[in-house]
Amino acid sequence: MNRYGPRTLVREIAMIAVTAVVAFPLYLLVNLSLRDPRDGSSAIVPTMSPTLRNYADAWREAGLAGAIVNSVVVTALSVAIIVAVSVMAAYPLARVTARWSRWSFLLVMLGLLLPFQLALLPLYQTIRDLNLLGTLWSLVLFYSGLQVPFATFLYAGFLRVLPREYEEAALIDGASPIQVLWRVVFPLLRPITGTVVILNAILIWNDFLTPFLYLSGSDQQTIPVAVFGFIGQYVSQWNLVFAGLVIAMLPILIVYFLMQRHIIKGFAGGLKG
Amino acid sequence: MAQGSAREVTEPVVPGPRQAKGNPVGPAVAASRRGRRTRRAPAWFLVPAFALYAFVVLLPSAQGAAFAFTDWDGLNPTRHFVGLGNFRDMLEDPGARGALRQTFIIAVAVTVIQNAIGLLLALGVHSRIKSRNVLRVLLFAPAVMTPVVTAALWKYILAPDGALNGMIAAAGPDSWQQNWLGNPTLALCSVAGVVVWQFAGYSMVIFLAGLQGIPREVHEAAAVDGASGWQRFRHVVLPLLAPATTVNLMLSIIGGLKLFDQVWVMTGGGPGTATETLSTLIYKNAFQFNEYAYSVALAIVLTVFVAVISGGQYRLLRRREVAAR
Repeated sequence: MNRYGPRTLVREIAMIAVTAVVAFPLYLLVNLSLRDPRDGSSAIVPTMSPTLRNYADAWREAGLAGAIVNSVVVTALSVAIIVAVSVMAAYPLARVTARWSRWSFLLVMLGLLLPFQLALLPLYQTIRDLNLLGTLWSLVLFYSGLQVPFATFLYAGFLRVLPREYEEAALIDGASPIQVLWRVVFPLLRPITGTVVILNAILIWNDFLTPFLYLSGSDQQTIPVAVFGFIGQYVSQWNLVFAGLVIAMLPILIVYFLMQRHIIKGFAGGLKG
Repeated sequence: MAQGSAREVTEPVVPGPRQAKGNPVGPAVAASRRGRRTRRAPAWFLVPAFALYAFVVLLPSAQGAAFAFTDWDGLNPTRHFVGLGNFRDMLEDPGARGALRQTFIIAVAVTVIQNAIGLLLALGVHSRIKSRNVLRVLLFAPAVMTPVVTAALWKYILAPDGALNGMIAAAGPDSWQQNWLGNPTLALCSVAGVVVWQFAGYSMVIFLAGLQGIPREVHEAAAVDGASGWQRFRHVVLPLLAPATTVNLMLSIIGGLKLFDQVWVMTGGGPGTATETLSTLIYKNAFQFNEYAYSVALAIVLTVFVAVISGGQYRLLRRREVAAR
């Protein structure tokens, strides 16, 4: 609250140093990914003659093109379904005070408590019996069901404090409930929709165990699964592996840096009771 | 006086106001209004969400809970009820006891260290420094990265001939070089350290939101009262950060209890079983050892821990929040 004095300067320098330490592994990552495998100099030294060969090789060997497309499809479809069904479910939960509404809300809360490890195996067998293993649909189905409670909880909390006048007016004008929900209420939910989309998209994009299980043995992969296979295959060729890691990281980092303000706000705000 | 003004301050940070319970109008009007409400927000709106939720979470969880009391191997068509047999086996299984111990150590270590660092980072960024916005964005960046990718990066850094030992070789005595992931005692610390590296920025962001919710007047009032910097932090800032602390502690301890990806990529649970966690053991029993029922029983143990800890922690911190108001 004071002006920029010597103590602020010390603090500034200390914080920059800490950030440099945190970011250092990422410097190593990029530095080594640009290096010829025969270059034996220390990992810390900047690479003198950078090459993109590792990137070309990694792109060819890791099957990242298909994995990126799959990750985008799974994330986009799942998030769209989560938003659509959660908004619908949250509306009566927030607006109706009847007993069925309150009990349903408690059931939603139960979903926030159950770790997915408990459902993991029985669900795996159901998915197998339905012949959905190895398909992207199994993932979309899984994420949609898994994340509905959290999204519904966030939407219901937001809706409870949202004024009802617009809805009342639209109803008097003869709009049906579904029209009111999508044309009047949904646009007013934009801030919380942003949070729901960001939190779910990052969770789904980064998830490893589910696609590792549901897609194993098929030729479909998402990015984390492709990366896991790739690092297992080229164990000691770190320059090649690192180029693959950079490619795998780029989509989410680009989105992050473009939308950092919204993303940080989503993470900081969406989790408050 | 500081406590007095603190009272209003917590308001915006706590969850929004609930709708008043009960209906102020007479019974007939209430009934007709309830009818109108239901019509404008019909119950069938719940159907798609609950169908998905039931199919993916509720039914399989119930099935899992039931299978935990059988001896099913996942393949054989016959299965027998064995009561608490699987849970009894767990008590005598050194693998399960080890996994439980390691899971707790990781969860507690990550929670304490990550939140301490996250709080310090938040205090550092919440100041007049010019680079605060850039630093905040950079410090949070690891939290959005794919854990499999960051774990692979760290697996290289921590390898015997990796970057960390390379730097030690260049700067310090050779005896400081370690097999960070190959030494059973160190491996657990290394895994916890990587998790802290990735998610300290996440804790920072939540603490930062809490700090930004404290109006300047509170600090000024405390300063006028003659409170030192440390006293202001200890008696004014920290109590007002209680909601952010609740969220942070719950997130990090639950994340620590469920930890899988980082362990799987960096050590696979090894060396030996030194970094086995409940989640990796559940996976191995189900998909490698064909111990299906035992695996589900382990999942129940995990569920109970997550539920008890998050419930207990929530109530405890809630009480502290109320006390702080």
